[in-house]
Amino acid sequence: MYKGVPASPGIAMGKALVLPKKHRIVKRRIIQDPETEKKRFLEAVEEAKGRIESIMLPSGESAQEVTLEILEAHQLILEDPELINAVTSQIGNEKINAEFALEATLNFYIDLLAKSDSPYMRERITDIRDVGNHVLDFLLGEETFRGSMIKEECIIVSTELTPSDTAQLPPDRVLGFITELGGPTSHAAIIARSMEIPAVVGLADITNAVRNDDYLIVDGEHGAVFLNPDSETIQEYRIIQEDKARQRRELIRIKDSPAQTKDGSRIKLLANVGEPWELAKAVEYGAEGIGLFRTEYLFMNRESLPSEEEQYQSYKEALERMDGNEVVIRTLDIGGDKKLPYLSLGDEMNPFLGYRAIRLCLKERELFRTQLRALYRASPHGNLKIMFPMISNLDEYRDARSLAREVKSELIKEGHIVREDVPVGIMVEIPSTAIISDLFAKEVDFFSIGTNDLIQYTLAVDRMNEQVSSLYDPFHPAVLRLIKMVIDHARKEGIPCSMCGEMAGDPRFTQILIGFGLNSFSMSPSSLLRVKKTLFGLDLENSRSLAKKILELPTSSDIKDCLMIEE
Amino acid sequence: MRELRVKVKTETGLHARTASLLVNAVSKFKSSITVEKEGQKANLKSLLGLLSLGVLQNDEIVIRASGKDEKEVIEALVDCGKTHDLW
Repeated sequence: MYKGVPASPGIAMGKALVLPKKHRIVKRRIIQDPETEKKRFLEAVEEAKGRIESIMLPSGESAQEVTLEILEAHQLILEDPELINAVTSQIGNEKINAEFALEATLNFYIDLLAKSDSPYMRERITDIRDVGNHVLDFLLGEETFRGSMIKEECIIVSTELTPSDTAQLPPDRVLGFITELGGPTSHAAIIARSMEIPAVVGLADITNAVRNDDYLIVDGEHGAVFLNPDSETIQEYRIIQEDKARQRRELIRIKDSPAQTKDGSRIKLLANVGEPWELAKAVEYGAEGIGLFRTEYLFMNRESLPSEEEQYQSYKEALERMDGNEVVIRTLDIGGDKKLPYLSLGDEMNPFLGYRAIRLCLKERELFRTQLRALYRASPHGNLKIMFPMISNLDEYRDARSLAREVKSELIKEGHIVREDVPVGIMVEIPSTAIISDLFAKEVDFFSIGTNDLIQYTLAVDRMNEQVSSLYDPFHPAVLRLIKMVIDHARKEGIPCSMCGEMAGDPRFTQILIGFGLNSFSMSPSSLLRVKKTLFGLDLENSRSLAKKILELPTSSDIKDCLMIEE
Repeated sequence: MRELRVKVKTETGLHARTASLLVNAVSKFKSSITVEKEGQKANLKSLLGLLSLGVLQNDEIVIRASGKDEKEVIEALVDCGKTHDLW
């Protein structure tokens, strides 16, 4: 078994198709006849142009708008007079082969772009490489990947997948893919998730291990890949795969039914999204809004801060996509455990107790101000709520809120249209805030309980540390009591309270939580239908008495036992 | 020779799409056209050249055209700037 990075969930089983390597070593050769060499280069450029055109044309529905824009830029690069001149004059002056002259020229531009401050440079480098590869293919006369090569269902095995590759993938024949390079946010991973095909990335040397027509099992959820597995493993995975398909069919039937308990109490089910493509998933699985829109994706994998305009566009699109349903956008939640090349955050002993989220935003005020400006500018396009993460005392909230007010009046003065009534709330994820949530409830517009951090801070457990991760226990009585307390305080002041941590999407907790009085849950889109189905079988009155009983129990095993009995 | 001195207004500067617009606007002309930012020069007919200048919002650039159709070049650029709100 090979272990990689899970990039897109699901299980794929089938024959491998190994794509030809992209990273070729180009050798420098002295040539005799520069004129013929130049001609050879120009012909290869023309052929590459033709290929890009053919990628752009037929794929039709499978090629997204974005991909088309990228390919158009690729054509402009191929027509670039500077590029053509630099290559042909090197061929003429130094009497070197076209391949090497092209590589040298491309590298010159790649180096220039890598040094630039502009946020778009990383992507442009991939584009230049992609274009260069097309020309090299024709110069070297090597066979390379083409969508039409995929005749039957297969699992793609490749060093990496570029935008041109993915634009050519026939979605009906590609069962899944695995790559050597890339992380969960690489282009390949994002495309895999939007196509809903399983993918595992970051598998070192996999293209050498796998041969065409080898049998593969790709487990996208766990990042596991099996090469020519025995029949038992195949059987095992076939059962899992069928099970999943059946469950999915069952669940999808209830997608348009309102979320309510057996006795008719309406519960609001919202989705957590981390990237814009997940909005479509949220809608597909019947989310009534977005309870947590993470904004970190805008800041990661790039060389500089995203501009106000770029952020505005993203927020506006999210709001419009949800068509008047609420969208709770969380301001930047980033810190020392995630590196941003343009923000020197330094190494910390305890990044989760350190300089992060709202603490960082209140110091890096320009960064925060830009995000708030973008949010308020987007506000007329839908039902926006702004949420601050990692609030530990009221001063922080007041400070953040007054900055938000300042930004709002500044925008109005500049002539922008903004909504006056955008609710501003907080994540309740630090015990200190949960404990004084009665005081917070008098000032903030809403709560959203972030259980993942609340549990880790309450129990003093780092759940990434295997030695202690078993102590990370959502059934701990202290955790449940804190949650109950926060819900009670919100109700007393009449402010909305939702929950956006993993507990909200875990059907084992649905009954206790509605028993505590929670009536809004936000979770990853794929959990929505399961929780809805659970709600259908619950009775609010029973759940209340169960919750009351649970709160009296001394240990988490008692609580688990009690829940088993009730089930 | 004719000159056009502008301050870039687009928030993302001259990146892929906006840079492509400019290159497309001038590529059909015969004149030689350069774009300069803080003493660094590039050929405006070259997307790679323009990109590698890394023109950001509020940067001042000077575009110079010389050749028979230099007047038309500048007119085309002024038009392009107006239509797409570039400066």
